[in-house]
Amino acid sequence: MIANDPNLKRRLDRRAAMRTLLDNRGDLLLVTGLGSTTWDAAAAGDNDRNFYLWGAMGAAAMVGLGLAIARPDNRVLVVTGDGEMLMGLGSLATIGVQRPPNLAVVVFDNGHYGETGMQASHTAEHVELVAIARACGFKETFDITDELGLRDFAARLHNAPITLFARVAIRADEPPRVLPPRDGVLLKTRFRRAVGAET
Amino acid sequence: MRPLAAAQTSDWRDEIFAALKAAEIRQVGYVPDAGHARLIELCRDDPEIRAVPLTTEEEGVALAAGAWLGGQRAALLMQSSGVGNCINMLSLAKNCRFPLISLVTMRGEWAEFNPWQVQMGSKTQAALELCDVLVYRVEQPEEAAETVAAALDIAFNGDLATAVLLSQRLIGAKQWVK
Repeated sequence: MIANDPNLKRRLDRRAAMRTLLDNRGDLLLVTGLGSTTWDAAAAGDNDRNFYLWGAMGAAAMVGLGLAIARPDNRVLVVTGDGEMLMGLGSLATIGVQRPPNLAVVVFDNGHYGETGMQASHTAEHVELVAIARACGFKETFDITDELGLRDFAARLHNAPITLFARVAIRADEPPRVLPPRDGVLLKTRFRRAVGAET
Repeated sequence: MRPLAAAQTSDWRDEIFAALKAAEIRQVGYVPDAGHARLIELCRDDPEIRAVPLTTEEEGVALAAGAWLGGQRAALLMQSSGVGNCINMLSLAKNCRFPLISLVTMRGEWAEFNPWQVQMGSKTQAALELCDVLVYRVEQPEEAAETVAAALDIAFNGDLATAVLLSQRLIGAKQWVK
């Protein structure tokens, strides 16, 4: 059970973790995955440079890849959950081949499917996302279990000349939902306007 | 299987590539297929195009969405069986009205050798249409480039999802000439 998780003390609060990642974000572009990471980003403050996925589970990392290739002068951050990443696991191989230097993929890992009743995910067993990312060709990977490690990574996010992957161990809790707009056309159009792609 | 032999004489494939270039396609996601071998080769060799091999076709729908968010145009190359892999991901294109162009080489129809290809091949067009993707079909070599160009126009002018089905008869016909 979650309450008996021996690693509980080594896990971060998801809302605080998102705020740390987005602190002084500048013109960083953010893609979040279906589920809790979208609420986390909304809770940290809505932004035209956020693209929230409300569906298409497994898409987050690949949306980030297409965006990073299209915007080489922008930093692109994908933040998604362990369940969403597991559904698009092949995309780590695809990104590992492309490795755009301006892309970072971050997985908030609580080992559970938070939106569907907290069923255990594969990472609650022995599946290690960091090892998978490394095996796919990510040269710089982070397994983050404390605030200090997260802050180091957040700084690296803005200047690393290399594709990054980070797993952030977060607690399996459910903070109150904060919902961003869910009109897909609105989210797309305002994002494109913000980056100058829509005239 | 004679994909490489076919690649050397496939004018319509070169014409499709020219249509992609004329439409300023900058990213091409693909899952390899013998019928796309020549086009993949041309995309990989072009310095203006980022060719992205995918592990599964739905990755390409998401890639194209990301490209468009950043102001680039992407195209997706796949085989008909890959259309089945894309069903849920196509909701991304529909909900956000992302432009999408997929070039689909057909299996499971004209003179198919492998019956396992027939189930998805025979449902490809219906599956795409069920997901509100506009479908165009090419049977003759001389139709290929103009059909792709027309699909590119409607996709990027109208923010709509499109697919061009390259029939097995078309692809097979080229191989039989050898």
